[in-house]
Amino acid sequence: MTEHGPKRHAKNPLQRTRLPLLPPSARSRRAHGLTLAAASGRFMLQCCAECGRYAYPARDACPHCLSEDLPFRDAPPRGELLSETTIQVTSDPYFRDHMPFRSGLVKLDCGPVAVVGLHRACGGPGSQLELSLQIDRAGQAVLFAKPLLETPDMENDPQWRELTAHPKDRRVLISDGRSPVALPLAKALARAGASKIFVGVFDRWKPFETEVAFDAIDGVECVDLDLTSERSVQDLARDIGAKVEILVNTADHVRPSHLFDAGLTNSAREAMDVTVMGLMRLAQAFGPIMRVRGADGFAGAVAWVNVLSVHGLSSQPKFGVQSAAHAACLSLSHWLRGELRQGGIRVINSFCGPLDTEWYQTVPPPKVDPRSLADAIVDGLIRGLEDIYVGDVAKDIEARLFDNPKAVEREAGR
Amino acid sequence: MSGYILGALAAALAHGSVRVVDLTLTLSPDFPTIVMPPELGQSAPFRMERISHYDVKGPAWYWNNISFGEHTGTHFDAPIHWFTGRDLPLNSVDTLPPADMIGPACVIDCSKQADEDADFLLGIDHILAWEQVHGRIPQRSWVLLRTDWSKKSGAAYANLQSDGAHTPGPEVEGIRFLVEERGILGFGTETIGTDAGQAGHFSPPYPAHHYLHGNGRYGLQCLANLDLLPPTGALIFAAPLKIQNGSGSPLRVLALVQERSTG
Amino acid sequence: MVSPRARQNYDGVVLAVPVTVPYQRYSIETAHWWMGRALRALADGAGISHRDFDGFSTASFTMGPDTAIALTQHFGISPRWIDHIALGGAAGIVAIRRAARAVQAGDAEIVACVAADTNQVDTFRKTVANFSRFAQDASYPYGAGGPNASFALIARHYMDRYGATREDFGKLCVAQRENALKSSHALMKKPLTLEQYMSARAIAEPFHLFDCVMPCAGAEGFLVMREDSARGLGLPFVRLLSAIERHNAFPDDPVQERGGWLMDRDELYGMAGARPEQMDFVQTYDDYAIISMMQFEGLGFCGIGDGPQFVRQHTFTTDGSFPHNTSGGQLSAGQAGAAGGHLGITEAMRQLMGIAGGTQVKDAKLGLVSGFGMINYDRGLASAAAILARA
Ligand SMILES: [Zn+2]
Repeated sequence: MTEHGPKRHAKNPLQRTRLPLLPPSARSRRAHGLTLAAASGRFMLQCCAECGRYAYPARDACPHCLSEDLPFRDAPPRGELLSETTIQVTSDPYFRDHMPFRSGLVKLDCGPVAVVGLHRACGGPGSQLELSLQIDRAGQAVLFAKPLLETPDMENDPQWRELTAHPKDRRVLISDGRSPVALPLAKALARAGASKIFVGVFDRWKPFETEVAFDAIDGVECVDLDLTSERSVQDLARDIGAKVEILVNTADHVRPSHLFDAGLTNSAREAMDVTVMGLMRLAQAFGPIMRVRGADGFAGAVAWVNVLSVHGLSSQPKFGVQSAAHAACLSLSHWLRGELRQGGIRVINSFCGPLDTEWYQTVPPPKVDPRSLADAIVDGLIRGLEDIYVGDVAKDIEARLFDNPKAVEREAGR
Repeated sequence: MSGYILGALAAALAHGSVRVVDLTLTLSPDFPTIVMPPELGQSAPFRMERISHYDVKGPAWYWNNISFGEHTGTHFDAPIHWFTGRDLPLNSVDTLPPADMIGPACVIDCSKQADEDADFLLGIDHILAWEQVHGRIPQRSWVLLRTDWSKKSGAAYANLQSDGAHTPGPEVEGIRFLVEERGILGFGTETIGTDAGQAGHFSPPYPAHHYLHGNGRYGLQCLANLDLLPPTGALIFAAPLKIQNGSGSPLRVLALVQERSTG
Repeated sequence: MVSPRARQNYDGVVLAVPVTVPYQRYSIETAHWWMGRALRALADGAGISHRDFDGFSTASFTMGPDTAIALTQHFGISPRWIDHIALGGAAGIVAIRRAARAVQAGDAEIVACVAADTNQVDTFRKTVANFSRFAQDASYPYGAGGPNASFALIARHYMDRYGATREDFGKLCVAQRENALKSSHALMKKPLTLEQYMSARAIAEPFHLFDCVMPCAGAEGFLVMREDSARGLGLPFVRLLSAIERHNAFPDDPVQERGGWLMDRDELYGMAGARPEQMDFVQTYDDYAIISMMQFEGLGFCGIGDGPQFVRQHTFTTDGSFPHNTSGGQLSAGQAGAAGGHLGITEAMRQLMGIAGGTQVKDAKLGLVSGFGMINYDRGLASAAAILARA
């Protein structure tokens, strides 16, 4: 049971808020293969298509056979620590704020030797380690090693915390409490240690049965928030903008329709207003303050999560308006990502297949339980992902898009 | 003659013996709108987005873009709003005869009944009882149903339950009587519709809309301050925006009320 | 595999006019300025115009975007042979090797070899951040510790594997400081005790403050020519007996524990007709004491892994059993960027010319200089060495 009152130390009002700095972000184009893998939590390194040997750091020719065919392939995320150091002094401004920094040289099970960030729970040289590719504050992939077995409070390691967006001791805003995912999400965030969860509710004059359930969760507070109203969004930001370290935009507007339906543009406008324009209003109101709070202590602002439909990646005719709206949200999210990166804020997109809720009543299974979506979002925050694919449909579309986007388009709605 | 009447009116307004009562609610983003099943088309709520505020987008001026559905806030329903009135002449707000924008009002006070029963319905018996006291409702006059509902706000105002809204309105025969037997100009309420919240279950559904508009009459809803009007004698100014082929519009509704003569 | 054949010797190739432009911790000047000073000193030392240098070899990290060709116009020279050697700490030896072949072949008569770097307030950070593609992609983003962090990983492994201790590293550092106090060129003017070394603040474990070189601005230079030319100009000189270089040696060693010297040292001593124990002094590339120990091993002064034992058995001051980095090395003189690879060469020339002043090793006839450089990712890639002899 958590004790009441904020665990976070109230800030000294006489102290300046530290401004966010970014770790070194220059990378070769080839190295972005690691970024791609890290975004979705995969461990992939270049593997020569001719001789089958792995290579690292990223390069343009295989050092064993000079093949140019060096695709990124999943690799076993294990290795042995060869040597380590704890850096106390650096000339880089970001790392100066994050000294000491433990790093090590790891012999990967798949062959190459890599410089990695080391979790403080790792043993010394000779230890077996579990590796992952992580997106750092600058949005770039870095290797990080943890011990094979979990130890208590692993999430508190300062280096690891910089590479993730753990909700622990952080304050979260869920933008749409009427979304089916909002309640399980609030519960999952509370379980993960979020110190406060604001839940936005639009049209408070309409019944809101789940309010009781929200109120029963420790740390939850329902607040007025209507994403279609500039004033509403701005007013809430004025109130709590400086208290939001993680923002989860759960707003959606699902209405099955046909492209030739009369009056479609009206419902499309509503959908766009809630989703695309809603995201833009949220970004305008909460983006600036979150961006300057990226280094505001142990629990500074850290992540922005967009709960999107996987059909934003490839239109689903029956839900064409939603598909188009989410495609626009996806584009907007990339814009937002570019802006928030300057403050080290991670923009996470979760792509979900159809939920097992009313609007998808006629859609055959498999469908996603909103609780699974909520858990996946919290898992994504804890692991520091950037793209989360939730449910079999989303994973299927992800894989097929990777394989052949045209085929996905032709097969849509079959 | 007219010069004499208007001059006297102007003097009375200046003197205060004729008061102007504003029957309009403020248009604001969080004011409830009519709720339809979500798969149906929805009326857009009032929204305001800033163009500039003495800033880089307009250094010396402040202005906004606003948007709303035709049936938002205190608003006017024209006959074309309902299928029963679709073929009538002059049935949209732009063709509305200007003379119909000004008319006398009878105010039927049902605030007690509405307070006790949100589903209160105005029947013929209530109308006849009112006429017993105040006299027969004149032709071409507005009948305004006073429920004091406008004093509520938010959820209490919308009063949505799992089976829909529960707000007072006219009974089928009551509205039919007013339209067909009394020839009223229109019917006004303090709630979100001219019909009761549960009127979708009536036969015909939504009788106020059905009969008012089918007979070329008008509706006013989301009115306020009806408690400041006398049962008879008030003059209503209700001029909707001149929207081409419009079915209704938000508007400012004013009432002229003559102070009771002390002499 | 190409079959090995005997290399041509360096008979008749000499080095003259050792030049050191006094180092500064920070400089507002550019690398070009420092290089200009070195070139001027070379011309003055040779008693000829700088326009008479028909060969010109440069090394620098901070000269960008210019290379040797741009500098010909900058300095008003018209050489017929130029070279720009981007090999960091190995650049000095490699410059000698290439210049020697040029003068032997007649492609040039007098090659001015200069290395210069400035150290403005943000120079070091920028150099480290943009050092190489692999460093940028795969080592700098891990704490941005620069070479300190990279060599710390190598040092820690060497300590674990061969039992080296901080005291061993300290012994070399303290001895070099003792040498530096006798040198006119060294930036470090205060004595250093082992206690001070041991208790200094940590930089990147196992390295503490005195394990790390101090980046500074400076320039080094010398002339390479034929013996005939030197005699014609009336210049004192030293002879080049042999020189080797090797790059990316032992790529399969998971952690670097040996440099490329091991692959070529037989040739080094064979060409020189000398043995390790005949060296009167050794100038290693001492970006870290651990790297000096790898050079002792790789160049045959002790067996692989015997570095710690070797350090414990010897003394390293100018009057010690193994005179080493007699000018104080980079650890005490400062690391003037790419000029760090030339520092040992000019010092060796002075020793063999008998003009080393306070640091003079008695009766020095043969000296070994080695270079090491370019920590491209997890290890230094370039190793080189030369044996010089008194004329
Ligand atoms: Zn290969």
